[in-house]
Amino acid sequence: MSDKLPSGILRIVENNHGGVSPEHRKNTAGMKETSLPTPETVKIPMQMHIGAPCEPLVKAGDTVEIGDRIADSEAAVSAPIHASVSGKVKRITEIRNPADGGLVKAVEINADEEQKWRQDIKAPEIHSREDFIKAVRDSGLVGLGGAGFPTHVKLDIKAPAKADLLIANGAECEPYITVDDYCMQHQSDDLLAGIAACLKWIGIERCVIAIEDNKPEAIRALAEKIRSEREKYKAVDVMAMPADYPRGAEKVLIQNVSGRHVPLGKLPADTGCLVLNVTTLMFIGQYLRTGKPLVDKLLTVDGSAVGKAQNVRVPIGTRIGDVMEFCGGFSEQPALIMMGGPMMGLALSSPDYVVLKNNNALLALTEDDFIIDKEQECIRCAKCLDRCPMYLQPVSLMRAVRAGDAEKLQELGVMNCMECGSCAYICSAHIPLVQYIRHGKKILREAGGK
Amino acid sequence: MAVKKKGAPRGKTSSAKTPLLILSSSPHFHSRVSTQRLMGDVLIALIPAVIAATVFYGPRTLLMLAVAIAVCVLSEYLARKVMQRPNTISDLSATVTAVILTLNLPIDMPLWQLALGCVAAIIVVKQIFGGIGQNFVNPAMTARLMLVTSFGSSFTRYSTPDFMIKHGLVDSVRSLSEVDAITSASPLTALKAGPAGVASAPSIKDMIFGLHSTAAIGETCTIAILIGLIWLLARRVIKIHIPLAFVGTVAVLSLLFSGFDFTFMLYQLLSGGLLFAAVFMATDYTTSPLTNKGKIIYGIGLGVITCLIRFWGNLPEGVSFSLILMNIFVPHIDNWTRTPIFGQKEAERLEKEAQG
Ligand code: SF4
Ligand code: SF4
Repeated sequence: MSDKLPSGILRIVENNHGGVSPEHRKNTAGMKETSLPTPETVKIPMQMHIGAPCEPLVKAGDTVEIGDRIADSEAAVSAPIHASVSGKVKRITEIRNPADGGLVKAVEINADEEQKWRQDIKAPEIHSREDFIKAVRDSGLVGLGGAGFPTHVKLDIKAPAKADLLIANGAECEPYITVDDYCMQHQSDDLLAGIAACLKWIGIERCVIAIEDNKPEAIRALAEKIRSEREKYKAVDVMAMPADYPRGAEKVLIQNVSGRHVPLGKLPADTGCLVLNVTTLMFIGQYLRTGKPLVDKLLTVDGSAVGKAQNVRVPIGTRIGDVMEFCGGFSEQPALIMMGGPMMGLALSSPDYVVLKNNNALLALTEDDFIIDKEQECIRCAKCLDRCPMYLQPVSLMRAVRAGDAEKLQELGVMNCMECGSCAYICSAHIPLVQYIRHGKKILREAGGK
Repeated sequence: MAVKKKGAPRGKTSSAKTPLLILSSSPHFHSRVSTQRLMGDVLIALIPAVIAATVFYGPRTLLMLAVAIAVCVLSEYLARKVMQRPNTISDLSATVTAVILTLNLPIDMPLWQLALGCVAAIIVVKQIFGGIGQNFVNPAMTARLMLVTSFGSSFTRYSTPDFMIKHGLVDSVRSLSEVDAITSASPLTALKAGPAGVASAPSIKDMIFGLHSTAAIGETCTIAILIGLIWLLARRVIKIHIPLAFVGTVAVLSLLFSGFDFTFMLYQLLSGGLLFAAVFMATDYTTSPLTNKGKIIYGIGLGVITCLIRFWGNLPEGVSFSLILMNIFVPHIDNWTRTPIFGQKEAERLEKEAQG
């Protein structure tokens, strides 16, 4: 592989501690993007980000155009929400948040025929760091890699912390998903513009675009573009990494790219590294060029139960069942429908959930395609320890959870688990370790620990 | 790649919609490694030793194995039934215990004693503590020690392989007792006398191929054990840490003890079931430490205790006692050797800098 890489690409060969190698299944790599025809209605939830939920700014009967701000919040950690279709607000309703099953407000919009963007949309004018951060906030952007953390908050690094390295996360280490790959190959101009803007306005010296080497096309496309305009992009490098899971996890990535470790109890930003997903950065570039806020998402729709796997662009708030239907419906009875990849994704109880800002994949799997073996007794094989990128002891955590021992959980550092799933993926006894650990975090929180 | 689902789904099934969807928690993929597969690999790794034992000691080896497996599996089945716990015989761990225990016994062990040992291993050592993963001492080794203490006489005769007698190889056994070449002393007994005993032990070559008298049928052929080791390592069932630390420590201490007599050291490594225990018993998941550092400490501990017993103790059972002793320390070793969490060292360094 390395000999085929264009020159000027940094490559790390070191092996991570831990991690696993699930099959990549990047079936949709190299496919053209398709677009979902405008759905009849969308239901846009008021919480699609980490932080405070938004309050609707519209009411039933209002007419909206694409890009209209329909909800916002005063809270520092939040991001405004925009209409993803034009039409009439049918009602303010409530829908379930797939993550915790709680109810959230949602704006339901009946789409009209024309589907027009609001007239006064134009590229924002940026003269200062404040302008830049405000523009990013106005765009409604949240971390598109899946986290959903408001990007403007992440960019607003408060002194004395200072970033000297921007890491563009193009690892895309979850199986199936290829939307970042698509973005790096086909939207590289916006991606590089987004990177340049972050470097300029946030005052960061260097950027490394870190990509797993199972995406040679993306690596080549970006490396060639950077080389052809070396003067313009001299602060940007492409780095190829071995393709295993979870290379793209923030702490793992920072260590891979910069050799720095995020100290326990500190934030990634404390290492001087700012990590943003490539699609997030691309969107910044695109917003600065067009002024169009975040209203749609490119999703990888795939899995053994899906009729026609593809990458499809979908208005935010579209019913998942509608997206599935567009992709050829179910070729076989699905046993599991989920948002996100198979390692960290969320199983859904029905196709009635809607597409959120931070979604990047919808998968439907048949029963044969994933193992749901019965939980057995732990045999102390220590494989979970060996695979934990955070150097935790999942087996000990599991035992402490069973014993309800909050003190032990604290001592073992349960809160440092990023729920990547490597331990449960490898567990010889098929113990749902992540489920135990989530419960352990709850036990510890209730006991007042952190 | 479709793998048939075994057992019930782990998540709840939603009732809201047809089709029924499974609400399992992430991750939704699994590596397909299972206890059964790991134990199956251990059984495969034991095949060379079983073949060697059958060649050397004849078909009685297979008879003993059959009895042991039957008794172990039945004991496990009944114990789980009585305790009303899920049946676990399909994880193959009872079969592994049966094979390892058998290979640790002399060829002329009465079958009823063997059966008793199997019951002890599965019921007393393993199931009473809650089954696989819960017992704190190695079932096979503990059962062997129980048999040694209860039926000592079955262990005192070190039998010479049938194979050697048939092929007139007995001469090559330079036995201590000229009177009874067939029930000769083991190399280890010869070495009790220190380096001077080397002269009366079988040749190194014979020890490697298995042409020597032993107390246990599985420890004869060094090559068979090493093939097993390679299989276990290649299939990532075990890591090299414990066997290497164990054998390495014995090697170093033997050299020091004998004033750098390499032959003496080789005899120490090749006799007394040391290699068999290092590969198949010291690496038992349940009774060995979790971390790599812990595994090394455990291996060194095993080596030190084995040597203490061999060089100065009055017991013939160096390896067995050291295993049981070290088993008891495993929870402590686990506590001492916990790996720092990602970023813990950096956090501690920051704290130090802040203070001074
Ligand atoms: S303990 Fe947490 S961080 Fe470690 S492997 Fe398991 S899920 Fe990942
Ligand atoms: S991987 Fe599973 S069986 Fe092995 S030690 Fe961890 S929890 Fe136990």
